[in-house]
Amino acid sequence: MTTKSQALLNWIDERFPLTSTYKAHLAEYYAPKNFNFWYFFGSLALLVLVIQIVTGIFLVMHYKPDASLNAAGVPVAFASVEYIMRDVPGGWIIRYMHSTGASAFFIVVYMHMFRGLLYGSYRKPRELVWIFGALIFLCLMAEAFMGYLLPWGQMSFWGAQVIVNLFSAIPLIGPDLSVFIRGDYVVSDATLNRFFSFHVIAVPLVLLGLVAAHLVALHEVGSNNPDGVEIKKKKDANGIPLDGIPFHPYYTVKDIFGVAVFLIVFSAIIFFAPEGGGYFLEFNNFIPADPLKTPPHIAPVWYFTPFYSILRAVTSDFLIVLQAGVAAIWVWALLRAPALGKAIATAVAVIVIPGMFFIDAKFWGVVMMGAGVVVLAFLPWLDQSPVKSIRYKGALTKIAIAIFVVAFVILGYLGVLPPTPGRNLTAQICTVIYFLFFALMPIYSKLDKTKPEPERVTWK
Amino acid sequence: MKFLRTLALVAFAAPLASFASGPELHLDKAPVSFENKSLQNGAKLFVNYCLNCHGASYLRYNRLKDIGLSEDQIRDNLMFTADKVGEQMKVALQRDEAKQWFGVAPPDLTVIARARASEFGSGADWLYTYLRSFYQDEKRPTGWNNVVFENVGMPHVLWELQGQQVAHFAEKDDGHGNKTKHFEGFELVKPGKMDKAQFDQNVADLVSFIVWMGEPAQQTRKQIGFFVIAVLSLLAVVSFLLKKAYWKDVH
Amino acid sequence: MSDDKNTDNGRRTLVIATAAVGGGAVAGAAVPFLASLSPSERAKAAGAPVEADISKLQPGEMMTVEWRGKPVWILRRTKEQLASLAAVKGEVADPESARSEQPEYCKNTHRSIKDEYLVTIGICTHLGCSPSSKFQPGAESGMGADWKGGFLCPCHGSTFDLAGRVFKNKPAPDNLPIPPHKYLADTKLLIGDDSKGA
Repeated sequence: MTTKSQALLNWIDERFPLTSTYKAHLAEYYAPKNFNFWYFFGSLALLVLVIQIVTGIFLVMHYKPDASLNAAGVPVAFASVEYIMRDVPGGWIIRYMHSTGASAFFIVVYMHMFRGLLYGSYRKPRELVWIFGALIFLCLMAEAFMGYLLPWGQMSFWGAQVIVNLFSAIPLIGPDLSVFIRGDYVVSDATLNRFFSFHVIAVPLVLLGLVAAHLVALHEVGSNNPDGVEIKKKKDANGIPLDGIPFHPYYTVKDIFGVAVFLIVFSAIIFFAPEGGGYFLEFNNFIPADPLKTPPHIAPVWYFTPFYSILRAVTSDFLIVLQAGVAAIWVWALLRAPALGKAIATAVAVIVIPGMFFIDAKFWGVVMMGAGVVVLAFLPWLDQSPVKSIRYKGALTKIAIAIFVVAFVILGYLGVLPPTPGRNLTAQICTVIYFLFFALMPIYSKLDKTKPEPERVTWK
Repeated sequence: MKFLRTLALVAFAAPLASFASGPELHLDKAPVSFENKSLQNGAKLFVNYCLNCHGASYLRYNRLKDIGLSEDQIRDNLMFTADKVGEQMKVALQRDEAKQWFGVAPPDLTVIARARASEFGSGADWLYTYLRSFYQDEKRPTGWNNVVFENVGMPHVLWELQGQQVAHFAEKDDGHGNKTKHFEGFELVKPGKMDKAQFDQNVADLVSFIVWMGEPAQQTRKQIGFFVIAVLSLLAVVSFLLKKAYWKDVH
Repeated sequence: MSDDKNTDNGRRTLVIATAAVGGGAVAGAAVPFLASLSPSERAKAAGAPVEADISKLQPGEMMTVEWRGKPVWILRRTKEQLASLAAVKGEVADPESARSEQPEYCKNTHRSIKDEYLVTIGICTHLGCSPSSKFQPGAESGMGADWKGGFLCPCHGSTFDLAGRVFKNKPAPDNLPIPPHKYLADTKLLIGDDSKGA
């Protein structure tokens, strides 16, 4: 480096931690050298976030959140999307990037979460990394849900109608609450405008904050790896982890390759199948919102369907199963849990078990759907296995994860289909499996026959 | 307990249960063509037969230059509802009047081909089958009904071309004692200006135009797509080599 | 990085190759975003050429039509007004319109297709205000005794003659721009389009 640029760098470093930040988070941030395929999805999630923000900024320049009808009798919001698709130069690429990006975000994030599940990335000392991640997921769902209203098509409208009406299930305050959320008696211009505001400003701000927290927490504790070995335990004379390599250049070049492959798939969808077979852009959403006419079959976008299935699965005859489940957890807590656990379990059981006789199933469906997301945050304490990674866990855990994944996929698949009694029962079984996976984890993870974790990471 | 009983019953049957739902809809495959000749014929049919009642209000007349028409051709042959080529293809009919005549205002058709896609076929297939499936029915106010879209409010605007057909239905038992009306076939009772092959070809052109109109950039999109993927593939190759070059000293 | 052990020739070539392809990809990706900032088809349709009927315009009168959201003045000049153009030739900054914006067919002393009719965009070339008309010659106009008639920009006091030429030592750098236009008929103007045919 020339002396002049060195001088400039010094000038900056005396005022801003540029070099030290670069070193701490890139050049001298040591990541385990044995990352595999699954470890691409973190950086890809960041890439998709950037794509969504940039495309979103440009879409906002042309989109109009306005439910009133234009001269041709089409809602202005709907027409403004078609305006972007036709009249704005390059608009269709930007819009397809954003709509495909939404689905890509969930694909990437689901893979990223599954990676965490496989290799125990939520375990001590990464509990907060995981919890921030769960919050990001929650935020992402809110962001996607509100964004989906904006094109103001039939699916936008009726999807919002159904989900907002979930809140009306809450006893006493429910009906008023759903009116409060909509700002009207139906999903209307007021709803569209507030969802727009949340989608473009409020939620993204929270999301960015959480992503920063997720990364700060990660860089504090360092990355896990497919062996679940703490690389910081074995360091060389200079204090550098023996199994660690600097993030830059090793993982930057690796991630560039991952990004290139991802973008090939992403572009293939944008340019050749932007509707994603009706899953990324639903066909009915090309019909402008009509508050007087529900489409024959409405389904949420695919990334919500597993949770939507859980919601639908909770019917009044299913409540007994939930009561039994809560009772079982309560009994177990009284026998085995520490004092705080006993108190919490008792409080929950005392409210929930009788509550299910008085409050109808719709409400408990909402509760279960919420619980389905929230339960993820408890993984760090549910997993009692002596090892982190699936590589050293035994058959019990492997079977549990396999069944869980199958149940989750079936739930997702059922969520896009109209309900029938047979499907409803399948969804109920899968809902039970979904929650049993978490509820029984303290037991089977302890019983499981694990292999000893190696001292160092395994490599090639 | 109902839940447990059903569980026992369905546990084995569930994986076998068919996931199809609703009435099965048989659609003919639409021979969509993006040749300018077809699209231009489709555009002509569209402005003559559809645009009286339906708008295509996101499409500007001058976009028709993309299908090989000049501004003068557009102005002289196709522009009945606007006076500038930059204007959108608005409907000639007043919405309120339309609502009175048909019960509902005829929908805007700009993106109808995208909206009509379903698990039974593409939007083009639906439109192609629908436009050829009108039959005479005295019970309907317009005198027309449709096999694909039962009790449709729209009359058969292409009847002069196709002629008048009647539909034959047969009663069928679904095995549970429910009688269902089953469509057997059409019979042409009064021929139109075109024979069947000509009419089908013209409907195909019209549908092609409607598909094009749903996303005028769709051909460009695919062309750009090949180029983009080629560049990204190159990036994947060089970045893979770069990764290899760096990772060779990770042991 | 200037880290010698990490920089062999193979790596350097590949770093350059990846940066070049990646940079190209980023530049390509930027194209639709930058393009989306330019006028849309709607804006272009709204900015389409406008017709003006000048049959009722009397000598000495001016009419204004809107084209692309800007005022376009059509001034029918009298004999005296046309004569004044030669008189102020020494006082205007760009008498031959050498550096000002106008179609080739208006690059003449009267800056118009037909001597009588001046067609100009009524936006001051300084900072975009619309000048007001001061056609009355002499002291009555409030512009001084030797005023021959023209325009005054209220914002920063630039003055223009009756061909839209800016006077010397005023803030405005150039003469008022002349938009592309043509005569569809003797008294029918099309502003915004000067193509031949049709």
